[in-house]
Amino acid sequence: MAALNLQEKKKEVKVPRKYQAGNIEKVRGSNKQAGKKIGGTIGIFVFLTVLGLFMALPIYLAIIMSIKPVHELFVFPPKLYVIDPTLDNFRDMFQTLSDMWVPFSRYVFNSVFVTICVTVAQCVFASMAAFILAKCRLPGMNVMNKIIVTSLLYQSNVIYIMQYIVMARLGMINTYWALILPSVASPMCLFLMRQSMTTIPDAMIEAAKVDGANMFTICWKIVMPNQKPALMTMIIFAFQAAWNIQGGTLVYKESLKTLPTVVQQAASSGLARAGVAMAAAVFMLVPPIVIFMLAQRNVIETMAHSGIKD
Amino acid sequence: MEHAEQKRDQSEIGKRTKQEERRLMWLQVKQNKECYFMMLPFMLVFFIFTIVPVVMSLPMGFTDFDMVQLPKFIGLSNYTTLFLNDSIFIQSIRVTLVFALFTGPLSYVLCFLLAWLINELHPKLKTIFTLIFYAPSMANVYTVWQLIFSGDSYGYLNSVLLNLGLVTAPVQWLTDSSYVLGVVIVVQLWISLGAGFLALRAGFQNIDRSQYEAGAIEGIKNRWQELIYITIPSMGPQLMFAAVMQIVSSFTAGTVSQSLVGFPSTDYKAHTIMTHAYDYGWVRYEMGYASAICMVLFIAMLVCNKLISKLLSNFMD
Repeated sequence: MAALNLQEKKKEVKVPRKYQAGNIEKVRGSNKQAGKKIGGTIGIFVFLTVLGLFMALPIYLAIIMSIKPVHELFVFPPKLYVIDPTLDNFRDMFQTLSDMWVPFSRYVFNSVFVTICVTVAQCVFASMAAFILAKCRLPGMNVMNKIIVTSLLYQSNVIYIMQYIVMARLGMINTYWALILPSVASPMCLFLMRQSMTTIPDAMIEAAKVDGANMFTICWKIVMPNQKPALMTMIIFAFQAAWNIQGGTLVYKESLKTLPTVVQQAASSGLARAGVAMAAAVFMLVPPIVIFMLAQRNVIETMAHSGIKD
Repeated sequence: MEHAEQKRDQSEIGKRTKQEERRLMWLQVKQNKECYFMMLPFMLVFFIFTIVPVVMSLPMGFTDFDMVQLPKFIGLSNYTTLFLNDSIFIQSIRVTLVFALFTGPLSYVLCFLLAWLINELHPKLKTIFTLIFYAPSMANVYTVWQLIFSGDSYGYLNSVLLNLGLVTAPVQWLTDSSYVLGVVIVVQLWISLGAGFLALRAGFQNIDRSQYEAGAIEGIKNRWQELIYITIPSMGPQLMFAAVMQIVSSFTAGTVSQSLVGFPSTDYKAHTIMTHAYDYGWVRYEMGYASAICMVLFIAMLVCNKLISKLLSNFMD
């Protein structure tokens, strides 16, 4: 109930006074003329297209190579197109994958399960923690913020050994926990969310508090809907990281291995594997791109107004 | 005597004693239990699986550790060897600095510029362009890079250059010591539109449209003014995020170099600090020494981060 009231309240204060009623049309009109010449936009488009073609080159080559038959892979001069497209490489890859003694579906399940767990847990946990870190001036918050940035900067190859020791102590080696928890603990998403949340006006939170909402409600009903771009970005990061989890030394049981591990194995074993390796890379790239498209579509222009401004 | 005591008392009026302060803090914590509860799930996982391993790994640089026997404390000897007797380490510092100074600022500016330009377009185009620019950092298609820069005439770049008559013989991009670092820098730039770029895109999308409307009233004339007076000041946090990401990716680069120009690269020309640490850690199993190398890198990154956050906060206010 409280939340419902809050949202109504929010709507009332949405339009700043100066733009109310008749003013708004004038403002919109002037915005269009604010020096944004159509020529400039076309220029930007052309520039981005040229640069984009250049940027897309490696991905394009990967796709092309994945559908090239073997006899086209090594011709001179190398061609930027494919004459006789084939799905042989993909078939070979799946053939190798299904020949393993653990059924292929098991790897798919592992990867999907781990990816969903990590993405959901990370987004939920990190959003709540980020909200408190960004908006509550409480004892310990400054230190916490510093620790998070510092831990992002700390890279050491000894850390994997220490992680192994911690995992072993907790009896989590060779369990799903070993795949999930280290990724949930990554501070990058939290840092992204915290940075984004600092721009939320305090007045918005104060208003909600006055109306009797608790912090949990404020976080999920008021702040998060206003943080859609950051949330979607966080989902993309979390998904991408989770999808590429390999387990490394923490998991060596065959039935717990994830797709990236086995796909890499399939791509690196056997003859004339350049095409199969590309097929594997393209195959692994599809889910993150789908998530990316879904997330981006969700962001666009939902951000017209974000409630109160200071 | 009495007089002096009174004076001191007076000076302490309005100041709380340490004990009182602590009690007040505790009260604040108690009153906001809810907030701490909300942080708990993340902080618990973060503490156990990130902080504990980090803290455990901090003293490793002062030990001799081969992963078989227990670490043995040897004081500063790792560090003295590093700076006095390891000429390849000094070389790797040079490589890392050149690499970071090239890729860091350049790709930071590129991230911002592209994120901004994309933002000026139609919503549907925004998604497509964001994907195109972000995709290279998603895919680890080093095979493709190897093909492009391949040293024989089958390499795409060589084939193009030969056709245009710019070179007469194929260039050994991946093994010629005068090209390797350049090639690695180019590829790194190519894939560097990653986390920072996407965060900046999100930042642009989060800016309140009404600010632009207000700006238009107050006489903002063109895109540049809009960028400088409205957009950049409200993007501070995202700019900081992108900066941190950029520092990490440009200082710790190693995989690109390793998988592209081989390990070790010709004459150690693309041998970064991270590659050096990999060499000692996972090839020679001298974990203590590798840990000392990482520690030096960590301190360099901390300093760099401090400088950049100072610089950025000057810009913002």
